[in-house]
Amino acid sequence: MTSTPTTTRRSSAVRRAVSPAAPARAVPAEASRRSDRVFNVVALVVLIVLAILWLIPSLFALKTSLTENGTAALGAGQIISSFSPTLHSYASLLQAGDIWNWYIASGITSVLTTVLTVLFASMAAFALSRLMFRGRNVVFLLIVLGIMIPTQVLIVPIFQMLGAVNLLNTYWGVILPQVPAVIAVFIFKQFFDGIPKDLEEAARIDGASRWRVYWSVIMPLSRPVIAAVSILTFVGVWNNLLLPLFVVANPNLMTIPVGLATVQGSFGQRYSDIQAGAVLGALPLVVLYVIFQRQIVEGVTGSGLKG
Amino acid sequence: MTQAISVPPAGVAARSRGSNPVDRGGARAGWGFIAPFGLFYLLFLLGPVVVMLVASFFNSSTVQSGLGSFAGFGNYAEMFGRADFWDAMWHTVQFTIYTTPPLVILGFVLAVLTNRIRRGQWFFRLAFFLPFVLPSATISLIWLFIFTPGSGLWALGEQLIGLTPGPGVLAGPGTAMIGVALATIWWTLGFNFVLYLAGLQEIPRELYEAAAVDGASQWEQIRFITLPLLKRTTTLVILLQIIASLKIFDQVYLMTQGGPGTATQVALGLVTSTAFTDNRIGAASAASTVLFVLIVVIAVVRQLTDRTKEA
Repeated sequence: MTSTPTTTRRSSAVRRAVSPAAPARAVPAEASRRSDRVFNVVALVVLIVLAILWLIPSLFALKTSLTENGTAALGAGQIISSFSPTLHSYASLLQAGDIWNWYIASGITSVLTTVLTVLFASMAAFALSRLMFRGRNVVFLLIVLGIMIPTQVLIVPIFQMLGAVNLLNTYWGVILPQVPAVIAVFIFKQFFDGIPKDLEEAARIDGASRWRVYWSVIMPLSRPVIAAVSILTFVGVWNNLLLPLFVVANPNLMTIPVGLATVQGSFGQRYSDIQAGAVLGALPLVVLYVIFQRQIVEGVTGSGLKG
Repeated sequence: MTQAISVPPAGVAARSRGSNPVDRGGARAGWGFIAPFGLFYLLFLLGPVVVMLVASFFNSSTVQSGLGSFAGFGNYAEMFGRADFWDAMWHTVQFTIYTTPPLVILGFVLAVLTNRIRRGQWFFRLAFFLPFVLPSATISLIWLFIFTPGSGLWALGEQLIGLTPGPGVLAGPGTAMIGVALATIWWTLGFNFVLYLAGLQEIPRELYEAAAVDGASQWEQIRFITLPLLKRTTTLVILLQIIASLKIFDQVYLMTQGGPGTATQVALGLVTSTAFTDNRIGAASAASTVLFVLIVVIAVVRQLTDRTKEA
């Protein structure tokens, strides 16, 4: 495998060969090219070793989940060396039914939060990007400040407030506090700022309302950013443990993370069932990642750089 | 709408486009578009901050309604006087110290190495980034099992290199936090990895070519071009890492429940146990406020360094 720097090096060596100074420097160039080759090999080996190391925990969990509970209880050595894969743990988990409730709870809360966040954040971003109104700068400042608020640390007051309006133990109690994702407004605004204004001005002159401009001009042009924000929000809500852990006590309303948190205690020594639960909880996200790899990586990078 | 707008002189069009894209009735429309998000912002972002601040000055609890009696700075005084508060703060710092250097260094090294690969980059992105997308609950179940005393994968590894597996990483007060840190490093490395990859993509290729012409070796190119040009990314990564570490809760709750004893009890763990186990909302709010202020201070530092770097 040739990495890019090597090829550019070679071409620059060629360039050097035709320059007058070439003969004098030919020897050190040869020597350093050899050391570069060693460097490239070492780099690749280090990378591969670490990648394998990084894959081991997931693969081990997968292997365990495909092993009989009895074999899995004998220890890691037995799990690795046994070769009789079985879907028994998956079947028993899916038949027991709890996990379906968790899927439903996670699905409902993640989808509804995503829809509300995308709609409201994009509307706010549209106003900040396109509409002039008094107080716009104040709103923008509040949004900037909002980015710095660590929502996890607000779990106690959020619990109190939800309790005051009887939203504890409801899906809404899990959904509503997660809607104001300030970072989503930022990502949308940045994208909207880059859309040329000609199109919507034409639409405005034709008598389109601002809502129509937002809904029929801007939003259709924003599919990539809608996808990125949707996926990030969905993953974030799906994975959130803290909020549903304290807001929801009813087992029927438990989301995947909260449900999985009970697995360790209740499954005891049924190690392959436990790992099958871990895999099943992660499965929708693995599928999402495979489909939307680019959007997820770009979204995470973007929100990391901004937030 | 005036007809004149449809055929404006070039200069007027440019000016109106720059300052006032949409004019008549803009204020009402503006606030209308802001309102839904604004409402949620006030209710679930600013609102809780205010409620937390207020509650921290009262003897609120979950077992009685209302604020309870006024406590002044009593909750803060109590927290600052409690050994377990300082323990939790220390454990949070300890976790930060254990995780930040490996996460920053490994993230940098792996991004630099992966960036050099021409074909098959997707494999390394998958290997290093995928865990970051998974729920903390999955991560914790996997690592709890790896750390199973005596028969787990970790113990098997110890046997292979000739060590006698002890009672288990998570069972020892001195090693439990290391176990939590290891799981966290495995889980979140992907985040720093993709941030560094993005930073690397912004470095112009010509710089490396020019350095190569001058006879700089691969190592020298990394040392004198990549490293200095990624300084901004590194500052960002470190600050984000510290903020994330201060908020640590999931892994500890799921893997050790703060134990053995209170060896891995962290700040947010203390907040939630004070609020939901001891039912003392006031005291928990005071502890939350301290943690909140700490994190906001670092977030402000992060914003400021970003601004000055851009200028």
